Amino acid sequence: MRASSLAATLIAGMTPTLALADAALTSADPKERGYAIAARSDATDAGFGASSVRLAMTLTDPRGRKTTRELQIDTLEKSGEGDGDWSVTRFFSPPDVEGTALLSQARILDSDNQWLYLPALRRTKRISSANKSGPFVGSEFAFEDLTASELGKYEYIYLGTETLGDGTEVDKLQCNPLYERSGYTKLHCFFDTETFQARRLEFFDRGGRLLKTLDLQAYRQYPGGYHRSHRQTMQNHLTGKSTTLTFEDFDFGVRLSRRDFEPAALADF
Amino acid sequence: MTRSAHSIFIVSFAAAFTQAPAHSQSVRVTPEIAIESRVFAQDPQFDGQLDAFQAALILSGDLRWTSRDRQTRVRVEPYLRLDAEDRERSYGDIREASLGRRFSDWDVLFGVTQEFWGVAESRNVVDIINQFDTVEDFDQGEKLGQPALRLGRRTAIGRFDAYYLPFFRQQRAPGRVGRVRQDPRLDTDDVAFERGGGRWAGDVALRYTHTAGRFDIGLHAFRGTSRAPLLVPRFGPGGEIDRFTPFYQRLTQGGVDLQFTEGPWLLKVEAVGLGLGDERIVSAVAGFEYTFFDVSGSGADVGLIGEYLYDSREALTAPPTPFDNDAFLGTRVTLNDTQDTELLAGAIIDGETRAVIGTVELQTRLGEATLLELEGRYFDGSGDPLLDPFNRDSHLTLRLTRYF
Repeated sequence: MRASSLAATLIAGMTPTLALADAALTSADPKERGYAIAARSDATDAGFGASSVRLAMTLTDPRGRKTTRELQIDTLEKSGEGDGDWSVTRFFSPPDVEGTALLSQARILDSDNQWLYLPALRRTKRISSANKSGPFVGSEFAFEDLTASELGKYEYIYLGTETLGDGTEVDKLQCNPLYERSGYTKLHCFFDTETFQARRLEFFDRGGRLLKTLDLQAYRQYPGGYHRSHRQTMQNHLTGKSTTLTFEDFDFGVRLSRRDFEPAALADF
Repeated sequence: MTRSAHSIFIVSFAAAFTQAPAHSQSVRVTPEIAIESRVFAQDPQFDGQLDAFQAALILSGDLRWTSRDRQTRVRVEPYLRLDAEDRERSYGDIREASLGRRFSDWDVLFGVTQEFWGVAESRNVVDIINQFDTVEDFDQGEKLGQPALRLGRRTAIGRFDAYYLPFFRQQRAPGRVGRVRQDPRLDTDDVAFERGGGRWAGDVALRYTHTAGRFDIGLHAFRGTSRAPLLVPRFGPGGEIDRFTPFYQRLTQGGVDLQFTEGPWLLKVEAVGLGLGDERIVSAVAGFEYTFFDVSGSGADVGLIGEYLYDSREALTAPPTPFDNDAFLGTRVTLNDTQDTELLAGAIIDGETRAVIGTVELQTRLGEATLLELEGRYFDGSGDPLLDPFNRDSHLTLRLTRYF
């Protein structure tokens, strides 16, 4: 209820801006056009409020050996000026890390705030968020791949419109990280021209080589209009390793508030 | 709490348990079994101590239940250790058996629980709620479950918690055959308390925590019984010290813990003022942790930790501490691999006696459900009366834990 009325308010209030944005979407300036495309994608998510989802993270090495982690990600939509989305990631398996939780309070310009809960010690520890390029729990996802999804964290350049292998028409953008300590020189971001959702991301390392490709598949649209990918595969081209995230249904009706995204909440579950 | 608020509280509890449909709750039960072997490098220093090898079996596990609305949760963690050599190291404990419930900005926790306060790595001087499990390990890594009632309130300026701890858990000590012990040994069956109620005298504590930008701050006050005992010498018929017995004093303390997080730096300080017997004591730890992330693109993180430990107490009328003027230097290596391999190594060096306590802890997962832990402890305590009893007790512990 609250989310849909908020969305309605946003849409009503944004009509003049959208008209401007429409002009930007066909702008001859590749930066203006790129930003407009990224902003249009970002706007499709406005007003979702909060969500919770369980997922399996499967790590595959070049020899095909697999390890699976089960986790849950709770997300609270950006709640104030300068804030990004806040999230809590909880681990259910492997069993020796069960109960471990990571709280991330994303900030647009400031560095993010992160806390880690270690269940064996009952210890909640504020950790450095300077770790951008390092792997997240042994996966092919870097910390920045999971936390740097805010519109303001990149500069965008429109490169062209293409067709992916499955026939999807996409706008291709170059996305340049604006935050410090990124492991990437640039990303190529492919946005679906119909649903405006990201379908593929290509990550280029500090040497300019194509390091990883993330494919986002199995999109479904939820009541309220929000799109979510239910299968994401990150392929590392240098090591041959890959990580697949398989999502269960997203719960947008979950009752979460700011107090679920404070350090004291990590010990609760 | 008024009577009406009290009854609302009970009704809400009942509602939480009866209304949530079974399929929407979250219940997770994870039993675990571990085998442990300790190997000592040198022959024992004292009569009766075991020689080289000590094995143990540990049965444990936990149950976590969360209600559908996530406002109520239960956590239970029983613990049973069976030591092949030392009867004092064979014991059971309830590490956790607690029920938590939230009411908008209030929350309450009831039962046996564990709390961690502090920010430092080598020693947490502010961490007062639980008794440490001193037979499990020499350092302060393991705790005994503490019966507690906690009432919490979050506000715009931070979080407040009030604790009532009705029952005192006394320290355990290794038996006569055990290594890493005082000599003569501590006789925990003959215990005395300064406070009239003894074990049931009850403790109270208040805690305030808040995050302000890059600062995480904690303040606390505690009034009750000291977790560390004074060791009282008992004399045998020949006038020699026959054994020590624990005497738990009245303790009043207040303290602060503060961490500043900026880029790869964590700067930390913990300090407490204690009123213990007639003594007024200041105890503090301050230091830093600096992490090199993703070293050479390997994915591994290497952290460097440096801390200074200070304690003002003069022995005799307060429980002694070896950490009066010491430096801790350590490193933490996290491989960030699929097996979650982690290494923590460090040493505490006494500024006056040059006594050294060294530790190495390595852990990695074998397959999906087995954890391998290797722990080394090195003691060089010659010249330090508090550490000299451990001087020949350097050892290596191997623990294999299987989860089900």
